[in-house]
Amino acid sequence: MTALAALIRRDIRIALRVGGGALIGVLFFLTVTVLMPFALGPDLALLTRLGPSILWLGALLASLLTLDRLFTSDHEDGSLDLIVMGRTPLELACAAKALAHWLAAGLPLIIATPVLGLMLNLDATATSAVALTLLVGTPALTFIGMIGAALAVTLHRGGLLLAVLVLPLSIPVLIFGVAASQAAISGPLPFGTPFSILCAISLVSFVIGPFAAAASLRHGLD
Amino acid sequence: MTLIDLANPTKFLSLTARILPWLAGATAILLLIGLYQAAMAPDDYQQGATVKIMFIHVPNAWLSMFVWGVMSLAALGTLVWRHPLADVAAKAAAPIGAAFTFLALVTGSLWGRPMWGTYWQWDARLTSVLILFLMYLGLIALWRAVDDPSRAARAAAILTLVGALNLPIIKFSVDWWNTLHQPASVLRMGGSTLDRAFLIPLLVMAVGFSLLFVTLHLAAMRNEILRRRVRSLQIMQASQQAA
Repeated sequence: MTALAALIRRDIRIALRVGGGALIGVLFFLTVTVLMPFALGPDLALLTRLGPSILWLGALLASLLTLDRLFTSDHEDGSLDLIVMGRTPLELACAAKALAHWLAAGLPLIIATPVLGLMLNLDATATSAVALTLLVGTPALTFIGMIGAALAVTLHRGGLLLAVLVLPLSIPVLIFGVAASQAAISGPLPFGTPFSILCAISLVSFVIGPFAAAASLRHGLD
Repeated sequence: MTLIDLANPTKFLSLTARILPWLAGATAILLLIGLYQAAMAPDDYQQGATVKIMFIHVPNAWLSMFVWGVMSLAALGTLVWRHPLADVAAKAAAPIGAAFTFLALVTGSLWGRPMWGTYWQWDARLTSVLILFLMYLGLIALWRAVDDPSRAARAAAILTLVGALNLPIIKFSVDWWNTLHQPASVLRMGGSTLDRAFLIPLLVMAVGFSLLFVTLHLAAMRNEILRRRVRSLQIMQASQQAA
């Protein structure tokens, strides 16, 4: 247990320090959201209607952007090999790394959401609905994306390949995240239905993600 | 003759060399019979002659999912049993599956134009087949991104299995998101809703297309084995020249 806690603490510390780049994700999220009114026009009513979808898309792309860092830097300095050979089960170590990555790169997105919601003319209900669905949904994005990150690091290919592999798998999260936000704002569905499915998808990804990533690292690194 | 005996590529090559002509012949005969029956089938009272697109469209759509199933089995073969031909099978199946999925999309689109008045609808079934197509392309991209085949095979196997677990979830979410396409009507509780005049040619075409897949798959596997032999011969030659 202490080994996992140490791993989480280490990863968060590295991510937040100089060269860590976790906060670039938030900056990207902000920039994408600012770009939207230029593409759609500054009509506030339109932005209110599209706001939840814009925020979800921005968060999805931002969390995809930072995924690259999940394993690459550890692979470059050799600590990934130590983690793979270590006594801690690799599945648990992967889950710990994903958790640390989410705390460093995913949680800031949710903290930034109220500010961005204000800029998109969302009211308090809408903003809190989006923030709540992001809080539940972004861990799923991280855990699914971890599979792609593990594949990419074993193949020494990152970037676009990672995006192409991960994006189709994250469609359910996007569908139910946006559906739950819209349900909270305008109905007619109750908020609970899509929200609980979103929770279920996150829980499933907590199971699939670490096992697939660990299998990929174990088979791929040599 | 068990699966293990086929682990020897030379045995596999000689066996498939004997089987393939028969398979190709059976495929051609079945497809000819199916096409003839489809051409002779009566027009639908609502859809007219366009209903005949179904005889091509439905087998392609079935195979688009079936091929992912075949690749998942091959992925298990790669990761669990380390069967030497499993990754060859997986690699050979991916482009064929992508082609069937593409044909299902195109024929569906051509059928949708007269029936729904549009080539493309963001309807649940169309969208989930489109996502399946994107996943096939991603998988092929993964195969092509790495030059070492065994390394690529393990990565692709993991992605295939993750995809197999995720495809039902994606299908369910997209269904939930939007639906316009008719529900399944051939295989369902309480018997088929399809008339016998359409059902029989459809089943013949489905079997014919499945045999077409098996034929193409075996031929592609042979090509892949030969391609790998050529590659290792070339590497050997190059290293001899270097030395």
